[in-house]
Amino acid sequence: MAPGVNEDPAILRTEAVSKSFGRFKALAGISCEFHRGRLTAIIGPNGAGKSTYFNLLSGALAPSGGRILFEGRDITGLAQARFAALGIAKSFQITSIFPELTVHENVRAVLQAREIRLNFWRSRNAYPQFVAAAAALLERVGLGGRARVIAGRLAHGEQRALEIAMALASRPRLLLLDEPTAGMSPEETQAMMILIAGLVPAHTVILVEHKMKLVMGIAERVLVLHHGEVLAIGTPDEIRANDEVRRVYLGQREH
Amino acid sequence: MIAVFLTRAARHRALLAALFLLVLPFLLPFRATAVNVLIDGLFAVGFNLVYGYVGLLSFGHAALFGGGAYATGLALLRLGLPWYGALALGLVAGAGIAGVIGLLATRTRGIYFAMVTLALAECVYYLAYQASGVTGGENGLRGIVLTKIDLFGLDLDFVDPLTRYFVIATIVALALAALSRILASPFGAVMEMVRENEARARASGVDVRAVRVLAFVLSGAFSGLAGGLQALHLAIVPIETLDYGNSGMVVMMCLLGGAGTFFGPFIGALVFLLLQNLVALVSSHWQLPVGVVFMACVLFLPRGIWGQLARWRPA
Repeated sequence: MAPGVNEDPAILRTEAVSKSFGRFKALAGISCEFHRGRLTAIIGPNGAGKSTYFNLLSGALAPSGGRILFEGRDITGLAQARFAALGIAKSFQITSIFPELTVHENVRAVLQAREIRLNFWRSRNAYPQFVAAAAALLERVGLGGRARVIAGRLAHGEQRALEIAMALASRPRLLLLDEPTAGMSPEETQAMMILIAGLVPAHTVILVEHKMKLVMGIAERVLVLHHGEVLAIGTPDEIRANDEVRRVYLGQREH
Repeated sequence: MIAVFLTRAARHRALLAALFLLVLPFLLPFRATAVNVLIDGLFAVGFNLVYGYVGLLSFGHAALFGGGAYATGLALLRLGLPWYGALALGLVAGAGIAGVIGLLATRTRGIYFAMVTLALAECVYYLAYQASGVTGGENGLRGIVLTKIDLFGLDLDFVDPLTRYFVIATIVALALAALSRILASPFGAVMEMVRENEARARASGVDVRAVRVLAFVLSGAFSGLAGGLQALHLAIVPIETLDYGNSGMVVMMCLLGGAGTFFGPFIGALVFLLLQNLVALVSSHWQLPVGVVFMACVLFLPRGIWGQLARWRPA
């Protein structure tokens, strides 16, 4: 983000976005803005609408009502490939990689697909810049030593780290992560949280997480959803002190 | 061991294919089979581009192959084009028909895709059947004459079976070399992404549908070229070229040899035609034993003959 260009601190804002599935209203008009270079966490109990909201932000679903603005531009209803082309990358809740390709090839393919798709004649290996960039990204997520392994044979935590590298490979201006620690061991979770915390302020990150405790240490702003509505929004300290949030999370002993 | 050897060999796959084509007619019990292996092999390789590399099961490839055959035949017969111009027209016709079918069929998925391609191919069949003034209708397109071929100043006798084999083999080898380059290109990498994980490809900014349509068009070009070669070889385009049985045959050849591998479909065509010819010596019901072998392959060699070999590792 060059200084002077687009003074708006919000990279993404939603204006009263809602989503209904048939007669079921999953989200009822969420308005929120997400600031550049910040890590914002979206939390809430099961069924709060976190995943639905995430899918609207990533373009996987189109909202039933309201608008989504990315860098001041209305992107409501665009195809998902267009979201990616604009600079919105996402990780999936269920690990989503290219399992038969090597770890290195996974990242390189994403890097290359951004710039060169319709060349039928040159060798795909004739672009050394992507090889170097892929190696650097793998180093960054701690997979530098695993580059030649077939991605499907990685441990679960490593696959999630690879996914982050793949999301970064599309050089996103906004990175969306859907429960990146799902199914991880405590050690893997710890490493992943450190990795994610290190992504800001170079990147803008929106993180969806079920477990409140995990994000309180690294998020700068927290959005709490409940029954498809905004329950609270603020700094982690404000959220901790919020009576409504306490009430909703009370009885959920796991956090 | 074998897998390692095959991986190394894959780097020179076009060269290896050329060597194989050089000796093929001397290995087969019937010389006539060799030309059919070339043509159907190229057809199966073209089919594999959509089935094996972007995961689309087409049941309409007869329209692409047959379209190429008719275009080449008509170009020779009615337009008086030279043989290479006629072949080029066959290739373009295959790609063009594939473009139309691809644009319509990629709106659907899975079994619906297969059904839509089948239905559209049947439309092409009936179009050729009804337009008998141009295509010869149910009698097929007859009277194609090609006895001499001029290749870079060489005047080749296309009637001589061995010369004919090597002319066609050269064209097929060039097509395989082109395919090898396409698969190794950035577009080949994008096709792999779509096959491996469609959702991830989409999230990486790849327009999955456009890639599928493009792959279908490329597949149509190879299939159309194969059809054109068959028109030159047979000197007639039978209406059966457009029949859905032809679409089914190419699926079997591809699966038999190994979908998604470079040589697999070619090996599949070879095995299929060999079996067909050998069984036909003793009985006219060749479909039954070939069908049994096909089912055995699907059950015990799910990756196909070549696909299984390439993965084999000693215990």
